[in-house]
Amino acid sequence: MKLIKTAFRSLIGNGLKTWLNVFVLSISFVMIIIMQGILQGWSKQAIEDAVRWEIADGQYWQEKYDPHDPFTLDSSTMQIPEVFATDIKNHLIEPVLITQGTIYPDGRMQGVLLKGIQPDQHLLEIPTDSLNKVTDEIPVVMGAYMARQAKLKLNDVLTLRWRDRNGTFEAADIRIVGVFKTTVPAIDVGTLWLPLDRLQMMTLNEGCANVLIKSPEKEVIDIAGWNFKTTEKLTETTLLMVKTKSIGTSVFYVVFLLLGMLAIFDTQTLSIFRRQKEIGTMIALGMTRKQVVRHFTMEGSLYAILALAFGAVWGAPLFYYMVEKGITFPAVEAADFGIPMGDTMYAVITPGLVIGTVLFIFIVTALVSYLPAKKIAKMNPTEAIRGKAL
Amino acid sequence: MKTIVDVKSLTKNFPVGAGFFTALKDVSLQFNEGEFAGLVGPSGSGKTTLLNIIGSLDVPSKGEVVVLQRSVGKLSPKEAAKLRKEELGFIFQSYNLLPVYTVFENVEFPLLLLNMTAEERKERVMETLKWVGLTDKVKSRPAQLSGGECQRVAIARAMVKRPVLVLADEPTANLDSKNSHNILQTMLKLNEELKTSFVFATHDEKVISYLKRIIRLEDGKVVADELIAKPSK
Repeated sequence: MKLIKTAFRSLIGNGLKTWLNVFVLSISFVMIIIMQGILQGWSKQAIEDAVRWEIADGQYWQEKYDPHDPFTLDSSTMQIPEVFATDIKNHLIEPVLITQGTIYPDGRMQGVLLKGIQPDQHLLEIPTDSLNKVTDEIPVVMGAYMARQAKLKLNDVLTLRWRDRNGTFEAADIRIVGVFKTTVPAIDVGTLWLPLDRLQMMTLNEGCANVLIKSPEKEVIDIAGWNFKTTEKLTETTLLMVKTKSIGTSVFYVVFLLLGMLAIFDTQTLSIFRRQKEIGTMIALGMTRKQVVRHFTMEGSLYAILALAFGAVWGAPLFYYMVEKGITFPAVEAADFGIPMGDTMYAVITPGLVIGTVLFIFIVTALVSYLPAKKIAKMNPTEAIRGKAL
Repeated sequence: MKTIVDVKSLTKNFPVGAGFFTALKDVSLQFNEGEFAGLVGPSGSGKTTLLNIIGSLDVPSKGEVVVLQRSVGKLSPKEAAKLRKEELGFIFQSYNLLPVYTVFENVEFPLLLLNMTAEERKERVMETLKWVGLTDKVKSRPAQLSGGECQRVAIARAMVKRPVLVLADEPTANLDSKNSHNILQTMLKLNEELKTSFVFATHDEKVISYLKRIIRLEDGKVVADELIAKPSK
C-alpha cells in the first residue's frame, strides 16, 4: 500500500508529462477495446446473419454434398426422406435443390447456382414469397450484389440454360421477380433462387434435394444418406475468416500500444537517469534497492491505471456510440469480403474484453517500467545520492 | 555514556583503474549517545566515506564498524535498510528532498516506510515541522522554498522518526551565514532536547563552532580527536 502511495505521489507530482503519457496510453486502451469490440460485434453479426439468411437451426446435407465442389451437385441430389414429408408441408424442414446453370444477361454468359426453395418458407429471411408471382417466365429472386454484378434489375427477363438429370441441355426465359439486400454473400453471389417444385421439374429431380434446412422446433434425427451439420459447424468457416481479418487488424493496436509503451519507457528511462539523487535518498531513508525498483516499476505501472480511468471518461461515450449506433462503412460491400458483413458494424464490448485489455496493458506497462528500473538494482547508493551513479 | 557507533581499524579502498585508492586508513573511533560531533577535514580526507559507512550505505574494506550493536559489513541489504529506516537520519549538502512531494509529504516519507497510521504520521510530521518552524509551508514544494527552508525540511525529515543518530554531510555548504546558524541552532536544540546524536562531515567553520567534539581527518587518517568543553556558539 505504501508503495502505491509513494509511487502515486511521484507520478502525480510529475505534472503535465504524466498526463501526456496517460493520454497517449488511454488512446491505446480505448482504440484496442473499440477495435476488438468491432471484431467481436462483426463475429456476432456474421453468425446471426448467417443463421437468419442461410443456416437456420442447422442443415442435413446429402452425404456426398460438398458446397466447395460443384461436381458433387449431381451426385448429391437425392430423394427427400419420407420421414420429413409432414415437416416439409409444415415448413419445419425446408428442402433446397441445387444445380448449375448459365444465364445470358445482355448476351454475356455467366455461370450461376440455381437453388430451388419452397416460396412459402419462413425459415430463412430470403423474400421467396415473390416466387409465387404468376409469370410466363420462370420466376427467380436474387441478391442485390448479384443483380448489380450482372447488371440486372427487377422484372428483367433473360435466358437460363441448365441440364436435367440425364445431362440434356434445356433453356427457358426467367423473370427477376425479387431483388433482396443481404449481408450474407453465400446466398447472393452467383445464386438464383427459384421455386423448388419448378426446379425439380426442370431438372427431372422430382422430390429431390441436396440440403434440408431444419427449424429450431424440429429435433435432429439420424437419416441414412444425410449428415446433420450444426449451426456451429456451418459458421466455423465464417468465424475463421473473421479471425483472419482480426489478425490483420491487430497490427493497428500493436502500433497504438507501442506508442503508449514507448512514451512510458522513455519517461521511465529518463526519470531514472534524472532522479538518481531521489533514488539514493530513498535508499538512505530506509528503502532497499529492490523496493526502489518496485517503486519505479509501480510508478510506471500506475500510468496504466490512470490511463484506464482517463480512458473510461472519454472512451465511455464512444463505446456507447459504437455499441448503440455502430459505425457505417458505406463503401464496403459484404460480398467483397466474402464474409457476412452489414453496412453498419456494431461493437460488442463485454466485461471480458475490457478486463482482458486492462490486464494485458497493465502487464505490458509493468514490464516496460521494470526494464529501465532494473538499473537501480546496480546503483551505488552513495554515488546515487550525489547524482553520479549512472 | 552508551556507545552507539564503534569504528574499529576501519580501512576503505575504492578501485581506481587497475589499483585502489585508500579513502580511510585504519580509523578507530567511538561515538556515544547524545554526541554533537564533527568529522572535520579538507575535501578528500575521507569524511563522507566514513559517514556513509556509519550510515550503512557502504561497507568497510577492512576492519569493523558497529552501529547500534550491528556490524555494518555483515548486514544484509535488508538489514542495512532496516537500520537506516528505524535508527538513522540523514541530512545532505544539497538537501535531497523529493522534488515532486510537498513539504508534508517529504517529511512523512520515512514514516510511510515505518508503516505508521495516517493519524500518527500527521501528528508526528506536524510536531516535527513545528520544531523547525515550517508549519506554514506544509503544502509547498521544494522548488518554492529557500535553501534554508529546504535544509530545515531535510532536518525535519531526518528527525521525524526520532532516530538515535543523525548523519549530516556538509549541511550548511549551500546556505548563507544566517541560514547556516539557524539550521545549526535547530540541530543543537534537537540534540539537547531529544538527546539525538549528530555526526557531521564538514569543513565549514560555522559548523565547527557549534561542535562539542571535533575529529580531524587528513588523508583518511584521524589526526586529532578533541572534546570541546565550551563550543564557541
